[in-house]
Amino acid sequence: MLTRKPYVFAVAGALMLAAAACGSSDSSTSGSAAAPASITYWASNQGTSLESDKQILQPELDRFTKETGIKVNLEVVPWSDLLNRILAAATSGKGPDVVNIGNTWSASLQATGAFVPLDDTQLNALGGKARFLGPSLAATGAPGQPPVGAPLYSTAYALYYNKHMFKDAGIADPPKTWDELVADGKKLTKDGKWGLAVEGASVSENAHMIFTLGQQHGGDLFDSSGKSQFDSPANVAAVKQYLDFIATDKITNPSDAAYSNGTEALQDFIGGKAAMVMWQSASGTLKTGGMTPDDYGVAPIPLPDPSSGGKQVDSMVGGINISVFDSAANKDGALKFVKFMTSKQTQQDLNKAYGSLPTVTDAYDDPAFQTPEIKTYQQILANTAAPLPQVANESQFETLVGNAMNQLFADAASGKPITDESVKAKLTEANQQMAG
Amino acid sequence: MVVSATSRPGGGRGSGDPGRPPPPSGGRKGRIIPRLPVRLRRLGLPYLLILPALLLELLVHLIPMLIGIGMSFIKLTQLYIRNWSAAPSAGWSNYHLAVDFNAPVGRALLHSFLVTVAFTLITVALSWFFGMAGAVLMQGEFRGRGVLRALFLVPYALPVYAGVITWSFLLQRDSGLVNHVLVDQLHLFGDKPFWLIGQNSFASIVVVSLWRWWPFAFLVLMAGLQNIPRDLYEASAIDGAGWMRQLRSVTLPMLRPVNQVLVLVLFLWTFNDFNTPYVLFGKTAPQEADLISIHIYQSSFVTWNFGTGSAMSVLLLLFLLLVTAIYLLITSRRRSDA
Amino acid sequence: MRDPKWLKWVRIIGLGLLGLFTVTPIYVMITSSIKPLKDVQGDFHWIPTTITFSAFHDMWSTVPLAHYFVNSLIVSTIASVVSVVVAIFAAYAVSRFRFAGRRAFSITVLSTQMFPGILFLLPLFLIYVNLGSAIGVDLYASRTGLIITYLTFSLPFSIWMLVGYFDSIPVALDEAAKVDGSGPIGALIRVVIPAATPGIIAVLIYAFMSAWGEVLFASVMTDEASRTLAVGLQGYATQNNVYWNQIMAASLVVSIPVVAGFLLLQRYLVQGLTAGAVK
Repeated sequence: MLTRKPYVFAVAGALMLAAAACGSSDSSTSGSAAAPASITYWASNQGTSLESDKQILQPELDRFTKETGIKVNLEVVPWSDLLNRILAAATSGKGPDVVNIGNTWSASLQATGAFVPLDDTQLNALGGKARFLGPSLAATGAPGQPPVGAPLYSTAYALYYNKHMFKDAGIADPPKTWDELVADGKKLTKDGKWGLAVEGASVSENAHMIFTLGQQHGGDLFDSSGKSQFDSPANVAAVKQYLDFIATDKITNPSDAAYSNGTEALQDFIGGKAAMVMWQSASGTLKTGGMTPDDYGVAPIPLPDPSSGGKQVDSMVGGINISVFDSAANKDGALKFVKFMTSKQTQQDLNKAYGSLPTVTDAYDDPAFQTPEIKTYQQILANTAAPLPQVANESQFETLVGNAMNQLFADAASGKPITDESVKAKLTEANQQMAG
Repeated sequence: MVVSATSRPGGGRGSGDPGRPPPPSGGRKGRIIPRLPVRLRRLGLPYLLILPALLLELLVHLIPMLIGIGMSFIKLTQLYIRNWSAAPSAGWSNYHLAVDFNAPVGRALLHSFLVTVAFTLITVALSWFFGMAGAVLMQGEFRGRGVLRALFLVPYALPVYAGVITWSFLLQRDSGLVNHVLVDQLHLFGDKPFWLIGQNSFASIVVVSLWRWWPFAFLVLMAGLQNIPRDLYEASAIDGAGWMRQLRSVTLPMLRPVNQVLVLVLFLWTFNDFNTPYVLFGKTAPQEADLISIHIYQSSFVTWNFGTGSAMSVLLLLFLLLVTAIYLLITSRRRSDA
Repeated sequence: MRDPKWLKWVRIIGLGLLGLFTVTPIYVMITSSIKPLKDVQGDFHWIPTTITFSAFHDMWSTVPLAHYFVNSLIVSTIASVVSVVVAIFAAYAVSRFRFAGRRAFSITVLSTQMFPGILFLLPLFLIYVNLGSAIGVDLYASRTGLIITYLTFSLPFSIWMLVGYFDSIPVALDEAAKVDGSGPIGALIRVVIPAATPGIIAVLIYAFMSAWGEVLFASVMTDEASRTLAVGLQGYATQNNVYWNQIMAASLVVSIPVVAGFLLLQRYLVQGLTAGAVK
């Protein structure tokens, strides 16, 4: 068989070509043509699945295309990948034009310089600073620097409680103080059901909680010079208070210490296994789980006694921002898209679909945003929510502190005593690992 | 690629057949290997053969590796990832940070390293033992042998994600099978233990890893056993050796070369395994099961501190090179002694 | 080898325990996939109380599973085939030629087995982006880039195994082929490759499996269009809920073809390892 050899080479060559061809078919999406009439948009996963996000967003994008002639290539990126993908895009200068970012990342991402800072002219084009909710706008970058994005969806933490379970336990109103919450929790904890569910192994939930509770104890995670002080007495007290729901109050199922994927505590609430949960805009998920507003109520998380010296903060400012990549091929189109996404109509449509809050004040005239739940949230955001520290190494803070709390939760759940010393030791360790 | 129509049709092949006449058909396709003096071609051929592999290794492994080593000497944080050349030189400070075992970063790395060493040794030893037991017991003919063999190989054939995510489901505290069996059915514990956080997480990662890797050991050892000549067993049987004696005096010595390769490969794969702990625990592993691959991933990708992460990786690489070199030295010396 | 009586019992118990250990997760995977989500999240029961196949229906719309499956199939198939072709050439050179740099090449290739993926993930990514725009082929966020990465991952072990296998094939066979008028390449194709078929198939399976399950590089280097199953299956853990029953159903469905293929070819794998690593 003399003809065999060239044949083998031909096969190998063809495979290489095939491999090359597979890739080149994808290259059309990167939108690097000279005058691109399209932009690429990475949306975050806000709905019940990636597919449902696409279905919610697509009609809006079509409307944008109709208005401006700019086509939008949408990709919904799962949260597990989003930060890596943004990192990849920032490092290489090759990425989408517009991207959604979690607002706690703002200062971190701002430091990379990979995003277009919005100056006053550009903000005015969006309707001016005054149009946005103040706290949400504050979570778009380090203070004193131009924001690297516009607020897109707003959320905050609130206390969800099961009305039926409260009624059965003879509790008329949701708790207004922590003492009431623990007392109610004890009444509700019986027959395999628990007072409060927490997401004990979730790094980000833990980081958010220590921030809020730390504020209530009068502490800050970073001092005025930006130096971390996770192990300050206030923060130790905050962590201990949170852990004590399992350790001493016993109103939280020890199993919660292993809840890590950011859904399990809420699923316990839906399933009636827990009567209370502190969560950000849960109405969409609750609805999917078969709960109606008759079944659950929404109240602010308890505030500290004003005489205690703590700050009147009961939530971090949650939300999603929309940012433009500095390397965007179509920066102009990208900015138009940001304007479109923050316009009244789009804000109303999308926040309705996702159960989050509009970031612009003029969108609230829609009756959909006049429900008691949304009003509660509006109150929280307007009065008692504070943004997480906008520091460049915010993700490091979340990882280290969240991780330390995961370990403490594991200790608490397995019955090890939780003392000020043991909490402080873990927080000191985390504090020392913060770079510079 | 040079394609020459005028080259001698037999040129690509013939180095030892100078007198061979050209084939009659002149219209054949051009030669892949251009016309070169025979001696030069013979010299060049091995290089041509390794060229694709070498290029790929350069592109995917070696050059990135060198860049990675370079990264370990700069302060590569999110401030500089867009423009690496602006990143200030870090000198040896990333390494100092990593090996300063009195400071928390170094201590955490050392802890993670020790956990990984313990994890790897236990997993490799058990994988080998399970694989050996399976392979030896599978010798001989019995009913259901083929089915059982296929079954044993399924964990290796399953995609990592599918297998490990199932385990994470089994290990759930309230709805998992493990606690259902241990607590509800066997009553071994009063209170339901945690498997994915706290102390037990180490045992969990060992068991899951063992489940994934022992079929590979089984496969290799089974292949090795098939290769041992029957007459060795027959000869030892004539000498009156029993089953245990044969295992000791024939099977194990004959498997030594297989074991040498198997144990090394398992060690390297287990040590560097990222997929299993990542799927089981996510981006942050519990301290007791803080394997080094996840630890470094967290140090670089989660906190965007690539300089320190790279320094840690380089140290890890040096360790693995050292272990491998020593291992090969010892095992090959022992082999030449035997 | 005469088997003593006690061995029978050791065999039954030993293999039984190994079988139990192996099969339990697979059993749970199967039964959980046919339970309603509520039952999966509730207390564990060995026997499903309610059986539903809705997970097998819903899983296609929660996550574009078919799309990911096709991606994984393309990437793993091309990567493994090309990897084997490249490995055959390299292994043949190392096994049959004595050339300067041979040892250096072998050692270098082998030592890449020790490289921690984390160390070169980011640099590789940068190289792909820059090289990609230089030659006009998207290497980042494309199947091509993944194929090149994965085929290189399996190369060291493949070369190593094939060198062992080729060494076990008597050189006299090559010489005989050369007498018949073949050059070294002719001998490779006409003698060595046919004789090494089990080894080559073994390497092919290995390369396919390692590409099929890779998570780390796939999570950084793919976008929606090129995402593979290993990463895509994580999509069942959404913001709202973890659809355990769909995870199990999807895992089951995507595993069946791979496991079936693996089991069909396992005989070659055993043969391949026999002469390769074992010689």
